Amino acid sequence: MTRPLRLSIHALGGQGGGVLADWIVDTAEHAGWWTQATSVPGVAQRTGATVYYIELAAPGPEPIFALMPSPGDVDVVIASELMEAGRAVARGLVTPDRTALIASSHRIFAIGEKSAMGDGAFSAATVLDSCIQSSRRLVLADLDSLAAAHGSVISATLLGALAGSQVMPFAREDFEAAIGRAGVGVKASLAAFSAGFALAVSYPAPELAPPNSMPARIGNAPALLAERIGKLPQASQSFAQLGAERLTDYQDKAHAARYMDRIEAVADAEQALGGDGALAVAAARHLALWMSYEDVIRVADLKTRASRAARVAGEVRAGKDMLTRTTEFMHPRFEEVIDMLPAGLAKRLQNSVHLRRWLTPLIDRDRQITTSSLSGFLLLWGIARLRRWRPISLRFEVEEARIEAWLASAVSAARTDLALGVEVIRLQRLVRGYSDTHARGLSNFAAIMRELPGLTRRSDGAAQLASLHRAALADDESRALSAALAVLANDTTNNEIGSWSALQPVLVQAR
Amino acid sequence: MAERSFAREVERLRLGHGDIFHGEGILAVTKALLQSGVSYVGGYQGSPISHLMDVFADADPLLRDLGIHFEQSASEATAAAMLAASVNYPLRGAVTWKSTVGTNVASDALANVASGGVTGGALVIVGEDYGEGSSIMQERSHAFAMKSQIWLLDPRPNLGHIVDMVEHGFCLSEASNTPVMLELRIRACHMTGRFAAKDNVPPAFTLRDAMNAPVRDTDRIVLPPANFLHEHEKINQRWPAAIEYITAHKLNERFGPDEGELGIIVQGGMFNTLARAMELAGVGDGIGGLDVPTLVLNVTYPLVPAEIVQFCAGKRAVLIVEEGQPAFLEDAIAATLRRADVNTEIMGKGTFPVAGEYTGAVMKTGLDAFLAEHGGRALPPPAALPALSMKQVPARPAGFCTGCPERPVFTAMKLVMRELGPFHVSCDIGCHLFSILPPFDIGNTTMGYGLGFAGAAAFNVPDAKRTISVMGDGGFWHNGLTSGVGNAVFNKSDNVLVIVDNGYSAATGGQDILSSKNAPATRSGHHRIEDAVRGVGVEWVRTVDTYRIKQFKAALKEALTTPETGPKVIIAVGECMLNRQRREKPLFAAAVKQGERRVRARFGVDPDVCTGDHSCIRLSGCPSLTVAPNPDPLREDPVAAVAQDCVGCGVCGEIAHAAILCPSFYRADLIHNAGPWERWWARAQSRVTAVLQRWSDRRRFARLA
Repeated sequence: MTRPLRLSIHALGGQGGGVLADWIVDTAEHAGWWTQATSVPGVAQRTGATVYYIELAAPGPEPIFALMPSPGDVDVVIASELMEAGRAVARGLVTPDRTALIASSHRIFAIGEKSAMGDGAFSAATVLDSCIQSSRRLVLADLDSLAAAHGSVISATLLGALAGSQVMPFAREDFEAAIGRAGVGVKASLAAFSAGFALAVSYPAPELAPPNSMPARIGNAPALLAERIGKLPQASQSFAQLGAERLTDYQDKAHAARYMDRIEAVADAEQALGGDGALAVAAARHLALWMSYEDVIRVADLKTRASRAARVAGEVRAGKDMLTRTTEFMHPRFEEVIDMLPAGLAKRLQNSVHLRRWLTPLIDRDRQITTSSLSGFLLLWGIARLRRWRPISLRFEVEEARIEAWLASAVSAARTDLALGVEVIRLQRLVRGYSDTHARGLSNFAAIMRELPGLTRRSDGAAQLASLHRAALADDESRALSAALAVLANDTTNNEIGSWSALQPVLVQAR
Repeated sequence: MAERSFAREVERLRLGHGDIFHGEGILAVTKALLQSGVSYVGGYQGSPISHLMDVFADADPLLRDLGIHFEQSASEATAAAMLAASVNYPLRGAVTWKSTVGTNVASDALANVASGGVTGGALVIVGEDYGEGSSIMQERSHAFAMKSQIWLLDPRPNLGHIVDMVEHGFCLSEASNTPVMLELRIRACHMTGRFAAKDNVPPAFTLRDAMNAPVRDTDRIVLPPANFLHEHEKINQRWPAAIEYITAHKLNERFGPDEGELGIIVQGGMFNTLARAMELAGVGDGIGGLDVPTLVLNVTYPLVPAEIVQFCAGKRAVLIVEEGQPAFLEDAIAATLRRADVNTEIMGKGTFPVAGEYTGAVMKTGLDAFLAEHGGRALPPPAALPALSMKQVPARPAGFCTGCPERPVFTAMKLVMRELGPFHVSCDIGCHLFSILPPFDIGNTTMGYGLGFAGAAAFNVPDAKRTISVMGDGGFWHNGLTSGVGNAVFNKSDNVLVIVDNGYSAATGGQDILSSKNAPATRSGHHRIEDAVRGVGVEWVRTVDTYRIKQFKAALKEALTTPETGPKVIIAVGECMLNRQRREKPLFAAAVKQGERRVRARFGVDPDVCTGDHSCIRLSGCPSLTVAPNPDPLREDPVAAVAQDCVGCGVCGEIAHAAILCPSFYRADLIHNAGPWERWWARAQSRVTAVLQRWSDRRRFARLA
């Protein structure tokens, strides 16, 4: 008796795992095979991971089918997403002696990965590697994009890849006939099936994905600065190119030149300390980001560019015969408006209770601005033109002071411990975004910077600072950071108690 | 109208003698009911038996032809009480629900019907929601069968066999005047297969016959002295009758050789998993040939003592495969053997884990241990560890669907808690319970369906922060109106209740309920929750559109802070998006095809404006709101992005405003079939903006030169 076939489909709710199972079962039924499919939908249907399990047996005495896969006993695992393939591997269902693994390499991020304050994605390379190690036969490719390219969904390309992988004793026509019998979106499904089939037939020997090499793009700094960039440590030049380009785009050449001055100062200091350029690399990256802080002018500028309108049209897949109306969601507050005013005037106005009371209801509102209409466009386009006055604004003055203090602290920390200096530079990552997000980030940044004098006296200062950095990104209520700071305050192994709290904040808190 | 259409499945219910039925386990049961001459069917939807309810709901004409009355019962208690029709009359009836939660609700009526006994066959089909994929507490329906003396069938998972057991279930019920419970586990409910269909049988004695010629027998009513009589009847008449029927019809099956040193006793529902483990261990051939004598208990209550004794006598050791705990079967078998002075060694719990699902791997490990200890076989070498650990893949908790109207309720709640501090939140059963999971992390307890408000009943003292309770419309009509709202009015609670009115019993598959606005003609919908709430005496009621986060926030803040006394009820209205899409998508496509002007909204994120903090995701959790690599090589963190399945519900924009987040979001309205004037005006505007864009681009490129 031929060994029955056992297939396990690992999908996410709404990905059509059930449709795929139906096609496979129908194909086998029409060939006269015994079939059984089962699943555990329930709540998992609502965005969770769902497993469909199929057993097929050639014509003969009625077999006893199992209702769930057993490790080491699965002939084919089909996964509609990379991490689901990984989950099947981790469950022991993919074994090198038996299992053909047909999987899509695309990612649908889990909520925990998405809601992280930084990059919460699980390692794709680890999963890819395990798929290669564990499978007898592997077809692993972005079957989701392939399906989309044929106007269909992933279940069709997965079926095509299954058929093309030659692990099933049924002909291509048998699978196609099952799609036809199901009768839903047949034409597109068959096209996607065909693409999946071709992909599996010509599937190459697996190779690991190349490591994520950064940066992906070469910067385009103004010619004027190119010569200065060329003199920076080699490793920092690509970021400096990007940084100088960004700041010219953000403000002007003078701003980019100011950036170059600062980078050069950091690079010189590092050279004097015998560093390998790590400090300059970090500074080239993070200084560019801080010097191009997010403000209303920048947002208005980015949202009114021609390239942006084109990007939106592509993103929302606007057909040629459709009109696209684009609406922005803005909520400027009193603070943001004051920020844009000349520093002198702004300082006089920002503490005026009367003005705040009078202006707030006028400004502080939900605004939906239709940038595809002339009036909405002109409003934002006009704000974008305030760019040239940005350097005299209050916000600019405040940010420049913060940047100076931060860089000075970094360089001074580097004098004790170069790695600590690099970590101080990297803390810029916390200071980003708009309104409350920015305020929270800045306050976390300040809280960590207050620990810097103490950290410079520790041998593991850099590691400690990096762990505070991670703690600040662990949640958005600063719980992890407060806990980490408390642990640090109680940790007397390397330091005397209480000496840090007496120190003044490093930063000049402008507001 | 449920989430899915069952028109094709309904056609299969019409198959007759000579046809082969292909389909799911639970639909095989549905067909078996029609073949058994059932007069009435009721139940309450829930995984894994929702499809039985859904198919019957769509099968109205067929049921009417057969003279069958089908109800979508208000609760499992209602469904169980329906069985009263079988007490005095030779009417076969079946009810169904998710167990054990539904059996808990049904217990009052079940105990009553079991006490008085039945004349017509009464079958309770329970979907045993246990193990992987389960969303409820892990308990056994077995306990209910034992306490009320209801016979429990646990059929071997094979469609033809399950169908036979349904028919036997009715006969057993009638032979022993006892209601019978048929237990199907999740996978068996969803398992596909085939069986030879029989003709549907209209009931010989109809509901109309009963109603027109009522019969009364006070001995069947649970009140002294009959209640004492019932207990004796159960033991002296019904039990022996059941044993006789089970034995005579060989409901329990024997596999493998007649004699042997070893034996296995297995619950019918676990047989296939055992057979696979035996195949993998080399003591089974995959088609029912087993090397070890095996007794398959398709009836797990009552046990037939003679059968047990006969099977075990002369064997050195018997393995008992009994999933779940307490180990009722193992204990009963041990006691039976002790009474018969049979000293066969019993292995069960201990060889198998006491708690938890018997998966393929667990079954194999237990069987291997048994064969090693008593069969003289070597333990197989442990399998190689997988190349990946579970920690290396992200967990995927269930969550709100794309565009779900319930999501903004919890976004608003999270924002209110940011302003007013934390509140105790009493949750209920339904999709809204996903609030306890990331990214919302809201909710302290859940005490059962419709019991969200009751779960906060103790917190009713002056000068304390109010509590917030959540209840779905499904739970509200199931019992929450009385157990929660009426109770709070009567006991003068000051607490807040949010009723999520999505128009359906959404979590169970989108079945219609009293307040549904799109119920079919066979049901009466449109009964407003607000009227019901006011009707039981609530004075402070607000009805808010869930997608309007600011308004919802304001209503919630008011409810939490108003000096007004008495319960505060907010009805959060927003139609379940799965059902709405299913209803509206074809209409939209048809209108566009007809050349009518239609607008479809979609949201997006400007990746150069987004800074990768993901606050929006933490306040939303929409599956469509995801992350993408940052296009800016200077930035490390991925940006937020909106996937193509966005339904344009508007929550992203609402959140950006309500939480004063960031200006990264945009809404793109795609206008199909715009009129000539609209097109001309759009073109004119874009000409002007293009000129300005070219001008500013030129200047920017000049700076970069």
